Amino acid sequence: MKSNDLILQTTTRVTFFIIFLFSIHIFFAGHYTPGGGFVGGLLMASAIVLLLLAYDFKTVKEVLPFNYLAMTAIGMIVAVLTAAGAIVFNVPFFTHWYDYFDIPLLGETSIHTALFFDIGVYLVVVGITLTIIEMMGGDN
Amino acid sequence: MINLVVLPIIVPLLIGTVLLLFRNNLTVQRIGGIVGALLTLVISVVLLTKVYTDGIQVVTLGSWDAPFGISLVSDMLSVLLVTSSSLITFVVLWYSVYALGEERERFFFYPAVLFMLSGINGAFTTGDIFNLFVFFEVFLMASYVLIALGGKRIQLRESMKYIIVNIVAAALFVITIGYIYSVAGTLNMADLSVKLGEIGSMGVISTIAIMFLVVFGIKAGIFPLYFWLPGAYYAPPLPVLALFGALLTKVGIYSIARVYTLIFTTDVAFTHDILMMLAIATIIFGSIGALAYMDIKKIIIYNIVIAVGVILFGFAAFNTTAVTGATLYLVHDMLVKALLFLMIGVLILITGKTNLREMGGLIRHYPTLGWTYLVAVFALAGIPPLSGFAGKILIIQGGLEGGFVWQSIVVAASTMVVLLSAIRIFIYAFWGSEKPFQVPPKKTYSQYMAPVLVLFALAVGYGLFIEFLTPYFLEAGRQLMDPSFYVNAVLGGNN
Repeated sequence: MKSNDLILQTTTRVTFFIIFLFSIHIFFAGHYTPGGGFVGGLLMASAIVLLLLAYDFKTVKEVLPFNYLAMTAIGMIVAVLTAAGAIVFNVPFFTHWYDYFDIPLLGETSIHTALFFDIGVYLVVVGITLTIIEMMGGDN
Repeated sequence: MINLVVLPIIVPLLIGTVLLLFRNNLTVQRIGGIVGALLTLVISVVLLTKVYTDGIQVVTLGSWDAPFGISLVSDMLSVLLVTSSSLITFVVLWYSVYALGEERERFFFYPAVLFMLSGINGAFTTGDIFNLFVFFEVFLMASYVLIALGGKRIQLRESMKYIIVNIVAAALFVITIGYIYSVAGTLNMADLSVKLGEIGSMGVISTIAIMFLVVFGIKAGIFPLYFWLPGAYYAPPLPVLALFGALLTKVGIYSIARVYTLIFTTDVAFTHDILMMLAIATIIFGSIGALAYMDIKKIIIYNIVIAVGVILFGFAAFNTTAVTGATLYLVHDMLVKALLFLMIGVLILITGKTNLREMGGLIRHYPTLGWTYLVAVFALAGIPPLSGFAGKILIIQGGLEGGFVWQSIVVAASTMVVLLSAIRIFIYAFWGSEKPFQVPPKKTYSQYMAPVLVLFALAVGYGLFIEFLTPYFLEAGRQLMDPSFYVNAVLGGNN
């Protein structure tokens, strides 16, 4: 008998986006409340793992055609370069900086260079988790 | 440029990361790896001259003030070690292009080596004890990759042991850091030096000092804790073995030297006596191992253990002469061990074997290799014009000044053992009746020999031109024996 995971797949389609949005929320909330790049990245990775549970590797690869290893490397580069930006201004490495910007829709928002460092961490965490899962679970 | 101290850490890190993106392009991997190491070397030489002319360089990350932010400190000892590890990584990567084999090279060998260099340079440079732990993990993580890379049966078995030993050591390291944090309330090494100096001699501080000795002793391979080393180092291919043998144990030695000259100086009679006894035991047990084997890799691996003992003896004797000598010997040992491992690699290329009994008569066919090997052995043992001499004589002189007479005699006698064990390779492999060996193509042989000869020239030059280098080491010894230089450089005037 062919197994039928219609319920799992349908609920996954909804919950995936909820987890995805929650991960983004946790990520941006990290400066003032618990959260940040690491937890946000793990949540995002777990959303993709849920997709992998409901569908198979091939489908998920088609939907999200990322090279996770490259994602890890790019995340590392973003994080290191953010910290290395201090070298250009001749202040100690990792010195951070922020200012207020008028962004359409969001209004006046403070943007901090730590945000870009955290984006790097986010990408590394998502990338490395999924590289590990792909290597252990994928058989191609 | 105030960030010069950071560059030897982030340049290999960044180049290694970029190499992850070009996984399938072998040319990019090779060029990237070699250029990354070379660039690091150039930067560290610039840093070396800067530290020499302008004194200890400090950068406190994120512009936070000293005990609160993470300090990166380049004093003479650390910058000398950063320079020599970058140099050795460069030469070994050059050698690996010919010696490692494409299969391994394609599987992230170059990024892993660059990450390891980044971690090693970071461990040499950091001025924060928890940051030291993080950099330890960075280079250990990369070394796990390197030891298992290739997936041979012996590699998998030994990497398992290596990883378990190091994870236990890492856990112990964290616990020890927890203890010292609860006693002193700070993790900055300069601040720790001040705080523990104020507390003075106390039982719990000596306990923590011994715990640090255990943690770093596992990495350095001192007497009861070196059990993992001969097996684990036997497993990986030779270029990796050369990197491990030349660099990894030295980070453990450096850490012991750092905490025992900077932080734990209040109860020297207890802590340094234990270090002294362990150093002597390390020399003796290393000597037994070096004489016991007829396997060329094992002989040189046990010579690492002997050198660890000799260097730690210098730091345990704890006077300016001995500490200067230990620094000199440390850099010498890194160069010569890398050189010997690379030469052994050529020997294995020629004979295809590691057992001495199956070799013989190579001197007629490979005179260059033979005579350079002999000179390298003399340098290892410390025959006067060569590089091992100045360091060892200062270590022994310092030991005698400190009143450690029989211990100094053991150190001097260990020279004989080193010479005997390494010269046996020369006698068996190069003299005697000819045993069958495979003739590698002339081109392969010269490709292997080019980096070996460059390193040979550097190691011999290090001994012959020691006059020009001595001021750097005297400065290192002076800074190590007087922690106030370090403390003032990091904390400025606010202590």
